[in-house]
Amino acid sequence: MDRNGAVNASIIRDMKSLENFHGLILPGVGNFDPAIISIREDKEMLVAAIKSKMPVLGICLGMEMLFNCSQEGTLEGLRIIDGQVLMLDKKKVKVPHMGWNSIQLVEHKWNVSKKTRIAESEIDRGSNMSGSRLLHRVGDNSWVYFVHSYRILPGKTERHIVVANSQYGDNKIPSVIEKGNVFGTQFHPEKSGPIGSQIIKNFLKVCSSTVIAKDK
Amino acid sequence: MPLTKRIIPCLDVDNGRVVKGVHFAKVKDAGDPVALARKYSDEGADELVFLDITASQEGRNTMKNMVRRVARVIDIPFTVGGGIKKLDDARAILLNGADKVSINTAAVKNPELIGELMSIFGKQCVVVAIDAKRNYECDNIDNDKNDKNIFSLGRKRDYMDKDKSIKNENNIKYNQTPMSSENNSEEFYEQGKKFWFEVKIYGGKEGTGIDAIQWAKKIESLGAGEILLTSIDTDGTEYGYDLGLTKAICRAVRIPVIASGGCGEPKHMLDVFKRTDVDAALAASIFHYDKFSVNKVKKYLKDNGIQIRI
Repeated sequence: MDRNGAVNASIIRDMKSLENFHGLILPGVGNFDPAIISIREDKEMLVAAIKSKMPVLGICLGMEMLFNCSQEGTLEGLRIIDGQVLMLDKKKVKVPHMGWNSIQLVEHKWNVSKKTRIAESEIDRGSNMSGSRLLHRVGDNSWVYFVHSYRILPGKTERHIVVANSQYGDNKIPSVIEKGNVFGTQFHPEKSGPIGSQIIKNFLKVCSSTVIAKDK
Repeated sequence: MPLTKRIIPCLDVDNGRVVKGVHFAKVKDAGDPVALARKYSDEGADELVFLDITASQEGRNTMKNMVRRVARVIDIPFTVGGGIKKLDDARAILLNGADKVSINTAAVKNPELIGELMSIFGKQCVVVAIDAKRNYECDNIDNDKNDKNIFSLGRKRDYMDKDKSIKNENNIKYNQTPMSSENNSEEFYEQGKKFWFEVKIYGGKEGTGIDAIQWAKKIESLGAGEILLTSIDTDGTEYGYDLGLTKAICRAVRIPVIASGGCGEPKHMLDVFKRTDVDAALAASIFHYDKFSVNKVKKYLKDNGIQIRI
């Protein structure tokens, strides 16, 4: 984080200090249930912060936690985004999906951006066809590093939040999601070389330009 | 585009210096690990592996400082192995910034460690290293237990592609195994002899009596996320990867496998990717002494039809 220009990056163990920050990263290493248990006490504060428009970037498991539930565990997810998390099919591909794969950008639909209330002024239309803030200056078919055994399946009304996919075997895996202040990557930007670095910088830029509406 | 094959420079570290051994005995000093890590990362390495090669024998802790310094300078994944005996050793390595830990001797001595690591850190962190060596003592094997996969050498090319396995009157399963490549030195492949692949521990010094193929299946079921497969027969020789061993292990499991041991030139990587289902190729010496740069090797592989990140 420091390498990419974060002024003050801290690992927080509870959510009480959350209001001191301009953005939140849910990192992704571990298993679904232990991860949900680890934030159980602060779940409400976390959900409230995200709903109050604090920018959040879920990485891998951190993104999976934003959904309703996962085949990896029995506990309920954060339910920020409707949908579920499914296991990759071991019969068809090696699991985990581990290594460098490319992302294919999804062409942006402008009517959708209004629904999700992204002001058009915030989007640099020229950046790429996805119109994604997280993928600003990230080209189609860029290489990123994956390690995961599960994939997200957004609910029917949330399919449009997928801004990039990746191909693994016969599976098309959603690799980047973006919905207002909520961002997620199935891959690990922190391990994805210069492209990942650009994605983290983009997220920091979103954080610094977002004024958090605190509805207390 | 599908998942690419990974090219992984390996740094054997002894007392904070990178060294390169032949047949698991260290010889030459090859440089500063942090400087080399940065160089390889800049050249396009897909991942790095650090192995503390003396740790298992002498009980040294893998250098946490080095791990932290490496984590600061590179933004590609790296694995650290050597001397990780218990959960706390692994935790210290991971908290200092490594992405994966590789366990070998500890996994054999205490297989539960694999599951413990997996349940806390996730299986993507858990690499189990298998050091395997051909064992030609096949006479005293208990056929009823059926716990050894016995191979014998066929004579024609690429035998295992047709998945031949012949059952003889004693009901021992014979798999025919390929030689490394057509023009390969036959030093390691004595014609006509039967053998099985034995798991070795303590840096290759001690036998376990465990069949490597059975062991690979077991560690997969226990929760390993990846296998780092080193052939002691080919390691350090620079004659090429052990295609027979690599094929056999890749067939046995559905988790990623890294081939290691024997790479002396880019052609060897091409061979192992074309002729086995391996996911990554690890090499040390060809990169250390500037014989070949990582990006040149990757370009060569890409030009020859391998899926490579460039």
